[in-house]
Amino acid sequence: MQFIKDRFNYLFKSTKGLILVAIAMIALETAIFGMLSGPMAELGVRDYMIRTLKMDIVQAEREGRIIILYHSIAMAVVAIETYMITSLLKMNEFYRLAVRVLITVGYLLTMIFGMGFAYWGHNWALHGLYITGLSFIFIAGVLLVIALWPWNKETYQPDKAYSRTKKGLDMERVAFFAAALTTVLSALFGAVPGSFYGNGFETFMAQDIIRLPEKTVMEYSVIGHLHIMLALIAIMLTLIIGRWLNFKGLLHKIAMPLMIIGTIVLNLGVWGVVTPLEPVAHMIIYVGATPSMLAALLLLIWEWGQLIREGTAHLHKPNFGQKMSALLRDPLRFGPLWQMLFMNFTTSFIGIFMAIRLDEIFRVWPAHEERIELTGHWHVLSAIIATIILLYYGDMIGLKGKLRKLYGWSIIILSDIAFGAVTIFEMKRLFISEATQQPLVNGLMYAIDFGLGMLLVVLAILMLWRLIDLFKKKGHWTQEVEHELSEEVKK
Amino acid sequence: MKRAAMTVFLLAAILVACAPVDLNAPVPTYTTGVEPNGWATIPAGQFLSGQFNDQAVIDYDYQIMITDVTVTQYVDFLNTALADATLKVDGDRMVGFYPGDVFQGVKHEVEITATNYIFVPLKDPASRFTIDGTTFSAVAGYENHPMTNVSWFGAWGYCGYFGARLPTELEWEKAARGSEDDRPFPWGDEIARNNANFYTSRDPFEDMSTFGSRTTPVGLYNGQTYGDYTTLKSASPYGLYDMAGNVWQWTGNVYEGQHYRYLRGGSKDTYDMDLRVWVRNNATPTYTSPGVGFRCAKTP
Repeated sequence: MQFIKDRFNYLFKSTKGLILVAIAMIALETAIFGMLSGPMAELGVRDYMIRTLKMDIVQAEREGRIIILYHSIAMAVVAIETYMITSLLKMNEFYRLAVRVLITVGYLLTMIFGMGFAYWGHNWALHGLYITGLSFIFIAGVLLVIALWPWNKETYQPDKAYSRTKKGLDMERVAFFAAALTTVLSALFGAVPGSFYGNGFETFMAQDIIRLPEKTVMEYSVIGHLHIMLALIAIMLTLIIGRWLNFKGLLHKIAMPLMIIGTIVLNLGVWGVVTPLEPVAHMIIYVGATPSMLAALLLLIWEWGQLIREGTAHLHKPNFGQKMSALLRDPLRFGPLWQMLFMNFTTSFIGIFMAIRLDEIFRVWPAHEERIELTGHWHVLSAIIATIILLYYGDMIGLKGKLRKLYGWSIIILSDIAFGAVTIFEMKRLFISEATQQPLVNGLMYAIDFGLGMLLVVLAILMLWRLIDLFKKKGHWTQEVEHELSEEVKK
Repeated sequence: MKRAAMTVFLLAAILVACAPVDLNAPVPTYTTGVEPNGWATIPAGQFLSGQFNDQAVIDYDYQIMITDVTVTQYVDFLNTALADATLKVDGDRMVGFYPGDVFQGVKHEVEITATNYIFVPLKDPASRFTIDGTTFSAVAGYENHPMTNVSWFGAWGYCGYFGARLPTELEWEKAARGSEDDRPFPWGDEIARNNANFYTSRDPFEDMSTFGSRTTPVGLYNGQTYGDYTTLKSASPYGLYDMAGNVWQWTGNVYEGQHYRYLRGGSKDTYDMDLRVWVRNNATPTYTSPGVGFRCAKTP
């Protein structure tokens, strides 16, 4: 009994245990439901999985199933970020506990019963529990906003090395607060149309309605919701990575106000799509996205500078090669920022290119070609976020030496091979015709399958190790029970 | 050793990706027994439309071709229409007159004025017809395949030339689904690889390692066996073939505030989910593709 109690306490009461459970849940869901994807269907794996797991797949419900699938994974990611925030930042213990309990119960309900409802027949009790889970997560979000209230003298920043007002208001905390607050409001932005469309199952995928010249307020809400939630998850993760790396100094002082302004303006732009501001909403979004991305760039410059300085401290006049070697010596610190930079090549720049050449290029192609770009675009963005979390997790669990390098570089290289190939796949019509594309498509598919497949293998090995470790009396897990992430912030 | 293996792998991947595609690779020749000149009559009445089974009604009888327009049929049209000056050669395009659409000036809308528009490109190596001076002919082996690389104007012009028209989206959907139930595919609730020609459906015309998916003869999926390939009976309740897969089909609606034209049915290049009867695609009316064809409808 004590055996189970100890493990339960680790998995559901400690920060690292909670993060491990959420990563394991995502890994499990990805492994099972990834088998239903297009490439797996080609190999006959999808049919096998459906038969073996006795899934109830109704053709007309595909879009609804996928929406629940995306939400299930997203809620676990939101939970991971919440665990990180509640472990990294000072807050009232009651709120910390309440937020964690609610979000843990919430995402587990969402994942388990949502997927049950979506893939194994429409049992309304399952749907009710799915909605209950989402509601718990929303309430946890509201409590997190309260817990992050920055105008509380106990949380003021005494150290002038960090971004703060003259009175000591911690601007980084304000940035966290702004991101949390706008996340909760933007969740409502999705909940309203979600209830509207879910009530009767008239669901649709946003990428299937993009070319409609007249969209309803509800349709705009769905499109706005999915964009802003992903953006806010990315913004929050940037702040988390910054806190973990102990971002400070002049660049921190510039970055935090930019992040706050960017977050607020970005949200106003996205919410604007359902108001008379719709014609200029995109412009507001660009105006908001720019300072947010600039803040992330400042974090990157600061951290890479740190890595180079630390790695060449013993050298009098380091040359370029030595600086590069110093920069790349620790993939778990280099990687998260590199992935943020790489994101620009695979998503941000592509998105901007699409936006400015929409009518000349992309709207000349059939809608289904444009759909490939859109879905590829945000799949890559989501997956990059996941890799950044995995890189931080590698540091969190204390990977060292060759194992640390192997784990870190595997994630970076494998994911970037896959994401780079996806990007070329999305854009292939720019340089190859439909009739002659097949060899290129095959090559890209090999790269995508290899990259993502091997990445999942790395994740599976990690999860297996953590599972085996749990059966050991003095396993690695025992060292993680008490640790909070705030204790492990880089000095 | 590891580096050598990785280099070999990368080289192999690059070679595979760069291999040229033989657009004229040998093609199996099958006679399906389905008559491309046949028309099915769809009676007036209610049916369930769309993914969410909205009650819809078409209050008139109409006829629709039981197959897509074939390469042979379209080539005959090109020869006749070129001879009587309905169409003309304009550089590397065959063009014909279209009277234009009402322009609303909606965001992203492109004005379609009254002028000549492309019907078919003349120098696209993926086309399944050839031109020798002023005479068009079908590429051998593709005579009974659906006509592809034809723009919306080319489809509209063909149907109009013979006193018919493109089916509306609603007409197309009723013809594909029937009026008895809410089936997602013309033949029923589930899809198997030998129900239709779709991406990696493993039909005898496909080779995913080289040229990829190709069109199949119209009416192939009629329950017959061709060589060692057995098809399932996949006609719609009204006896139409290829209403799912093979080629996307242009439909006739011109919607207010849009220059896009809508396509139905999925194609040889799409996954099975796009073969569901309610799935819509759209493109500019000048768009041509080896995966896009059409069939005509008419009201008696």
